[in-house]
Amino acid sequence: MARAAVPGRLGDRLRWKTARLADRRPESPAAHTLVFDVPGWPGHLAGQHIDVRLTAEDGYSTQRSYSLASAPDGERIELTVQRVTDGEVSPYLADELAVGDLLELRGPVGGWFVWRPEQKEPVLLVAGGSGLVPLMAMIRVRRAVGSRTPFRLVYSVRAPEDRLYVTELSRDDPGLDRTFLYTRSTPPQWPRPAGRLTAADLTPAGSPPDLEPTCYVCGPTGFVETAADLLVALGHAPDRIRTERFGPSGG
Amino acid sequence: MAHHPDHDPGTGQYAYEDGNALAGPLSEILTVDPTSALGRCTGCGSRWPLAHLHVYAQAPGYVGRCPDCDQVILRLVRSPDKAWLDLRGTVALTFRLGP
Repeated sequence: MARAAVPGRLGDRLRWKTARLADRRPESPAAHTLVFDVPGWPGHLAGQHIDVRLTAEDGYSTQRSYSLASAPDGERIELTVQRVTDGEVSPYLADELAVGDLLELRGPVGGWFVWRPEQKEPVLLVAGGSGLVPLMAMIRVRRAVGSRTPFRLVYSVRAPEDRLYVTELSRDDPGLDRTFLYTRSTPPQWPRPAGRLTAADLTPAGSPPDLEPTCYVCGPTGFVETAADLLVALGHAPDRIRTERFGPSGG
Repeated sequence: MAHHPDHDPGTGQYAYEDGNALAGPLSEILTVDPTSALGRCTGCGSRWPLAHLHVYAQAPGYVGRCPDCDQVILRLVRSPDKAWLDLRGTVALTFRLGP
């Protein structure tokens, strides 16, 4: 057969697959991590995402994209879904989908907003809210492969209870520098007052522009625009800044 | 119609996502990653990876606009048995490929 001669290419375009929910765990009051088994999963790169498709009994169908949260692990993948009030898809995934239920998805896709372990330059990760998810996949892959590439994470959330992966990010992880910012309310005695991201939050030692870090910025569109503008103003080359925005259909 | 390209008039929220959202829909057609492909706007001449486009997905399909001048770069509509792709706004697309 001609097709067998070029496996995985000719006639083998991206298709929807059926995944089964294997486990779920809360990450914050509004977010859950969903663990899926996906038969035939080919593996993925940190930062890639999947598309999820929900179809109603009357045939109405809608799609959303979710970043992969986990490092590659055979046919098992993890997503972290933040519930969007009045959202069409996220409340179902975050609250209703039960262990054993099936879900249609396709992926992994995306080759722009990815970190590969072969990259040796320092990395600056800037996350707004659940924009942390693809950046967490980068942190997890770095740890999984034993990379010594310096990583610095700047993570902005509204309030302490909104933080994702708190326990994991509190653990010792040599070479990973972490900075938490709060925009509405802070933990007690927190040195930085609540407020939006500023240039000062992105300047401390560890990731100055002259080290030429690759910067990955992910969050809501307004946050990403602000962070990218600040990074350029600080002297980071625009072609070293990679961005991923959440859109209005994120719910 | 009063519709500022960056903000939804009803909510004041940004009404677009970015070209990363095209990865799945375009990967139905292309065998290599579309989001890192480089294009050049036929309107203002700026260059970008497709990941930088401003993508409006509330339409019956996807509309990707130039991040610098807002010109329509591409439109993609999927029906049950067809995909329709209009690339009017880019001079070319450059894909990084191995040997």
